[in-house]
Order: sequence, then C-alpha cells, then structure tokens
Amino acid sequence: MEDKNNKIKLSPVSEEKPGMKRRNFLKVLGGGIFIFFQPWNAFDVLGLTAEQARRSLPTDYNAFLQIAGDGTINCFTGKIEMGQGAITSLPQMMADELNVPLESVKIVLGDTDLCPWDAGTWGSQTIQTFGPAMRSALAEARGVLLDMASQKLGVPASQLEVRDGVVIDTKNPGKKISYAQLAKGQKLEKYLDVKPPVEDHTKFTYVGKPYKHVDAKIKVTGEAKFTGDLKLPGMVFARILRPPSHGATMKSVDISGAEQVQGTQVVRDGDFVAVLHENRDRADEAVAKIKAEFTFNELKVNDKTLFDRMVGADSRINVVRTTGDLEAGARESDRIFESEFHDPYDAHAPIETHSALAQLEGDKMTVWASTQSPFGLQDSLVRELGFPREKVRVITPFVGGGFGGKSAAQQGIEAAKLANMIKKPVMVVWSREEEFFYDTFHPAGVIRIRSGMDKSGLIKLWDYNIYYSGTRGSDTIYDVPNATTTTHQQNMDAIQIHPFGTGAWRAPNNNTNTFARESQIDIMASAAGTDPLEFRLKNLKDEKMIACWKAVADKFGYVPAKTPSGRGIGLACGTDAGSWVAFIAEVKVDTKTGQVKVVRVVCSQDMGLCVNPQGALIQMEGCITMGMGYALTEEIEFEGGDIKTRGFDSFEIPRFSWVPKMDCIILDRQDQAPKGGGEPAIIGIGAVIANAIHDATGARLYRMPFTAARVLEAIKMV
Amino acid sequence: MEEKISFSLNGKKTVITTDPNQTLLWVLRNQLGLTGTKFGCGNGFCGACTVLIDKEPTRSCMTAVSDIAGKEVITIEGLARGTRLHPVQQAFVDHDALQCGYCTPGMIMTATGLLLKNPSPTRGEIIDGLEENLCRCGAHTRILDAVETAAKVMKGGK
Repeated sequence: MEDKNNKIKLSPVSEEKPGMKRRNFLKVLGGGIFIFFQPWNAFDVLGLTAEQARRSLPTDYNAFLQIAGDGTINCFTGKIEMGQGAITSLPQMMADELNVPLESVKIVLGDTDLCPWDAGTWGSQTIQTFGPAMRSALAEARGVLLDMASQKLGVPASQLEVRDGVVIDTKNPGKKISYAQLAKGQKLEKYLDVKPPVEDHTKFTYVGKPYKHVDAKIKVTGEAKFTGDLKLPGMVFARILRPPSHGATMKSVDISGAEQVQGTQVVRDGDFVAVLHENRDRADEAVAKIKAEFTFNELKVNDKTLFDRMVGADSRINVVRTTGDLEAGARESDRIFESEFHDPYDAHAPIETHSALAQLEGDKMTVWASTQSPFGLQDSLVRELGFPREKVRVITPFVGGGFGGKSAAQQGIEAAKLANMIKKPVMVVWSREEEFFYDTFHPAGVIRIRSGMDKSGLIKLWDYNIYYSGTRGSDTIYDVPNATTTTHQQNMDAIQIHPFGTGAWRAPNNNTNTFARESQIDIMASAAGTDPLEFRLKNLKDEKMIACWKAVADKFGYVPAKTPSGRGIGLACGTDAGSWVAFIAEVKVDTKTGQVKVVRVVCSQDMGLCVNPQGALIQMEGCITMGMGYALTEEIEFEGGDIKTRGFDSFEIPRFSWVPKMDCIILDRQDQAPKGGGEPAIIGIGAVIANAIHDATGARLYRMPFTAARVLEAIKMV
Repeated sequence: MEEKISFSLNGKKTVITTDPNQTLLWVLRNQLGLTGTKFGCGNGFCGACTVLIDKEPTRSCMTAVSDIAGKEVITIEGLARGTRLHPVQQAFVDHDALQCGYCTPGMIMTATGLLLKNPSPTRGEIIDGLEENLCRCGAHTRILDAVETAAKVMKGGK
C-alpha cells in the first residue's frame, strides 16, 4: 500500500542519464502542459546571504507545473522538505486550485537539474511567497485547460465546471473531458507574467483543512532516505582533519599514524587533509591518528567578555527607522528606563549532522546534500571547484532538521572536492563535534533600550539600539510618538567582533529583539503599577496584535494583576514573517536552586490564510518547545576561536520532561493572504519566560539563557 | 582481521563477516543496508541510533559489533509485519508525532522497548523512558501522546 502522492525522487539511482542538460527535463518528462512561473519576489531576495545576493538573479522562470498525459499534476520547485511540511501543504494548494483529487498531485523538490532556480527554504517563505505565485500559476493552468476543453466540447468556457479533474458542461453533464485527455500528447508551454485573481476561499476543498504529514509512513518505517542513508558502489567515507579553533593555521602535519589503519587512503591539498575508508568507524580512527601542529591567531575574546567588547567597539552606526524626536520624547516622559539585554551564540543542533554524497561521472559532478539551498550549493561548487554550472547537479533528499543552519553547505563542497580528487563516490557525514564547530551560530548581540512614559502610562520615548545582531523583529510595535531603531554593526576597519561564522537561526534575531522589547515593556508596566496586559493594550494600536491578545488571554483565562504578582505568569507579543503572535506563560521557579519549570504556554497566531491547520499547529508546538532551549539552557561557550561546547553533553536542548501544557490558537483569517508559520511562535519564548520569572520572584533577567545560576543570582539582587 | 559474527537480526538468523572493530550502527547502515537506524552524535547522547538488543533499547553507536554475537537485534525495519505497521509506528503516524523524522526511528525503538518492559506506563514513566532521546523539531508532546495510544492498543491485543 503505497501513497501515490508522496513519491519524491530520492533514490541515488537517478532515472536521468548523467550529463543531462538543463531544460532537457522537458524531454525527459514527456508531454503535457507546462506552466512556468516566478515565485520569488523582492522579499525573497532579502533572505539571501550576502554571498548569494552578489549573484544576479536569473531572468528565467523559477518554478513550473506540469499537467501530465496521465492527468497527474506535477510541481517542480527548488524548495526542500526538512520537517516543516511543504510536501503536505503545497499539494493541498495545488489540488484546490485545479479541482483535482489530492492523490493526483505530486511535488518534486530540491533537484537542480529538474527544478528551476530557487534561493532556498528559509524565513517561513514557502507558503507565504511561493504559495500565492503557485496558486496564480495553477489558476492560469486551469484557464488553459478550460479553453482547451471549450474548444473540444464546443461549449463556452463560462459554461464549464471542473470536478475531480474532469471538465463538465454544466448544461449537459454528459459532455465532459478529463485533464488527462486534454494533456495527452500535448507539448504546450505557457509563461506566466500576470497574476490572475486566485480562487474564492469559500470554494476551497483542501486548503484550510488539516492534513497529516504525507511523509509520516515512510519516516516511521525507516524507509525515508536522508542524505547519509544513500550508498553508491565503491563509496568511501571521508573524515577531514580540522583545526582546533577558528583562525588557527596548520604548521605541520604527520599522517603516518593514519596510514597505518589498514585500508585507509590519505589525501592532502595544502591545509586540507582527509582520510578515506570504506568503513566509517575506521575513518574515524584514522583521522584521530593524524598529528598536526597549528599556529594560533585568535581573537582575545570569550563568551563572558564578548558583550562589553560589542558595546565598546568602534561600530558602524545606522538608523533603521525613526519617528518623532527622541529629545521631545524624553521631555514628555515622566520616568525614563534604561536597560541592556544580552543574548549569546546559539547552535542549530539538528539531529542530522551536515551530510553529503558526491559522485563524479565523466565530467559531471552530482552532490546529494542535506541543505536548505540546493542552488546555493550548486553556486558554491561552480565557484570553488571550477565546474561549469551544467556539469553540477545538486539533489536534496529529506533533510533532518535545518532551522537556518543548513543554509550553508560546506560539507557538499568537501564531498565534491574529495570525489574529484580520488574519482570515487565520497560520503561526508559531519561528526557531532564538527556540527558544533562549523555551525553558523545564531549571532550573539546586545540590545540597549532607553524608554520613557508619561504619568498616565503612555510610552513617549523609545530609543532602541542593536549591537551586532540583526533587525528582524525590532519593530517598536507599540504606538510611540518618538521612536528610533539604530544598529551598531561591524566596522571593517575596527576589531572583528564575531570570532566565527554566524547566520540565520529560526526567526533570525527576532528572539533577541522580542526578548529585549517585551522585557522592557514589562519593566515599565511593573513600574507603572499596571497589569502588564492592560499596559500593552493601552499602548497598542495595531488591531491584529490586539486581536491576538484577546484570543490568548481568553484561552489562558487571564486574570489581571500588577507584576510581580507571585503567580509566575508572563506575557509577550511580536511579529515575524508577516504574522502576529501573542504569548502567556506560567512558570514555577525553585528559589533555592534557581531552576525554572515552564508549566503552561498559550500562544495565539494570526498568519492570514492558514493552508494546513494541522501542519501550522505542529509548527507552533515545535517553536514553543524549541524556544525553551534558547530561553533556559542553550549557549555556546568559547575562548577565542575555540568552541568549548561541542556536544549534547554540554549543550542541553529541550527534553520530554520540559514540555509544558500547550494551547495554540490560529486566528481564522481565511480571506487574507497566507503568511509565515514556521517561525513566529518561537520569537516570544525568551521574553515570556523572563517576564514569568519576574512575576514569580521579582527577579529581572537581562541575559539569556536563564540558567539556574543566573536566576539565583537575579533573585539575590531583588 | 575480519570475523564471522552470528546473531538474530529482525527475527532472521544472520551471519556476517566483518571487521569486528566497528560499531553496530555502521555495520547496520553500511554493510546490512538498514539505514533506518540513524547517526546523530556517535557518543550515545541523542538516541537516534537506538535498536533493541535482547529486547533492551541500546545505543548502536556505543555497541561493538562483536558484542552482538548470539544476541537478538531488532531495528526499525523489523517492526512492521508486511504493510501492517507496529502499533507504536501506527500511533506515531496517527498523532503526527514527527516533523523532520530523523530522530523518529530511535524514538520508536526506545518506546517499543519501554512498552515491552512496562505495558501500562504512566505519562511520567513514558517521559522518563524517552528522556535521553533528543528531538530538535519539538515533536515531544505528540510523541508522548503516541506512546500512550500505542500502549492502549497493544494491551487490547490488537
């Protein structure tokens, strides 16, 4: 019993011949009707890393649909599946727009030979940006099919209706023709430039209904293939010699120990030294026997001195947004509050480490990789190995968690480089230590806020400064007449701040900004002697935010009180990826140990049209659970370029015993455009827990994560 | 260097000839093609590589292949009967108790081992039993619900 609609090409034994040229896929795919469309827009471009943005965007159409001769609807896109559920929600949209059964819809993801270019899967963009474009293309496809049916049946298109993939004459239901009959033998290509209006949401059959993961069955049997599960004849495992710290350079190397491990091949290209063995354990053993000396040239900074270094640095200052006048705001304020918030580096720590398999066939390199950006990896391979683009194919099997950390795909370059050197298929599966060492960490940062309110508790001043993290989620949200957001970033002529790579981490930087803003709001509400929800509502004009607050307070059964109330109830809200979220949490704090237990979290979310309520709910639960990690335990300890935190023994992520009672509410917004759902519900977890700890104990936490030691310290200061 | 090792694998008597200085994890994955058992950390901290050895949930990344001689090994591939999923697997599907699916086989094997020893666990006992298995996507609540359901179904003799 095989689900017809979840067959994604995952096998390394490709049906396509090696060296197939781009666009030849039309021949490979046979006949049918093809609709090309452009799902990326300016917002998507903002999500690109600086490196990728330098590449000019292609003018080509970057996704397409095929209505095949058997009536199957295929969508080819460069997006990937890493647990966020795109392979469930995208087909739902397709089935609805074309009025076909869900089973006849297929999606092919993340293959650079078959799929048109796509920037990458991140920023909760798949449904938000890609979705509407795809639906327009589907509407176009339906129009084409109806025109064809109109001609064949001799009936005006306006008189036709589609039911389950069959076009029917409404006046004479006996007259009908199926999509399959229409598409058979066709070689029609349509290029979509205008966006036709999309379907009336009241007519949705699949969209808006809950669907479980279509890939669940093959994931519970072990059948689903992740990159590391692939195997090719003659394949060897590689382990690469790593420097002990970022910034260290190799002085000398002795590979004789490794060569004594029977069956080991050692290769070297400058500082790049790798061992290859047909057995993974032997490769591990061999790489450990390499003796190398390094020269250290590290930054003199560690996880404790970092924050002072950031605020003291000669930074590049940029005003991101400003309204009113800060001096006037200070004059209008009765009380002024100044706070400084700290957030350390955090690792993505997906359970699947970065993996890649590379195979050279003739002059064509194929790389299977766990990556959020197959086309980004293709670019890197072209640049770093000098292969022509048409000779590099990247295929993305199932990805075992990404969270932003698999936007970079160094392991893919390593595997390809080695496959090219030894002319054998090479598998690179990073060890857990490598995964931590080369993580593109959530950037550490400092937020300084100077805010003020008048006697009536209205916020009049908001001077918000971001040091070395990012602006996502830094919107003031509250209705403040005098507000400025300023960034302090790396000045290229000054000292380097981040000692190692940083990058996007689920809702990049929004967790930091929401923690700072919502803590500051709580500090003011507490000083005003006003219930923190009342204080927020008094200063909010954003209708959607207010609606989220009403929904979450209602579900929680919130009873107003001044904070600290001793109850351990915290509040926070924010926006991310176009969506609005509000949180109320309850915690218990052991004042003897400083240990915090999150008892309950209620979260409301306005994400516009929710395509798959089941999938969206799961994303929200995942966000809340994952968010407790950055709030309570996760941080990277380091000394210069040496990452001290390199395993799950020292890096503690949320476990089963942590899980609170969760209630997630998705506001009914069927008539609105869909927004992001993979990240918003994580942004307020740090803030809501900090505010709940304060409500329980009167202790204010200014630095994440709120470890037992830090909570104890803060309690002593009360 | 190579040795013959006899053991029971997913109910079948199996003899392999292999380098004995390997972990069970990589022999399963690389030599026997059973890639449902995942590599997550190699140090026994994450549980993605969990298999049952003589019915006991065991980290295959910490088990020398030579140690399984004469023992009974069950991997994720050995749970279903044909197309019929094991009740724990079915409960994971029914509860949508996964996201990326990478930790899932280890979770299912640990839960299966737990239910073999304790067919009527309390919620607290399920939490204790799964505590050392890591999931990064945050599917925890649904996993706990799935194991509760599986326990009920298995007790019902289905």
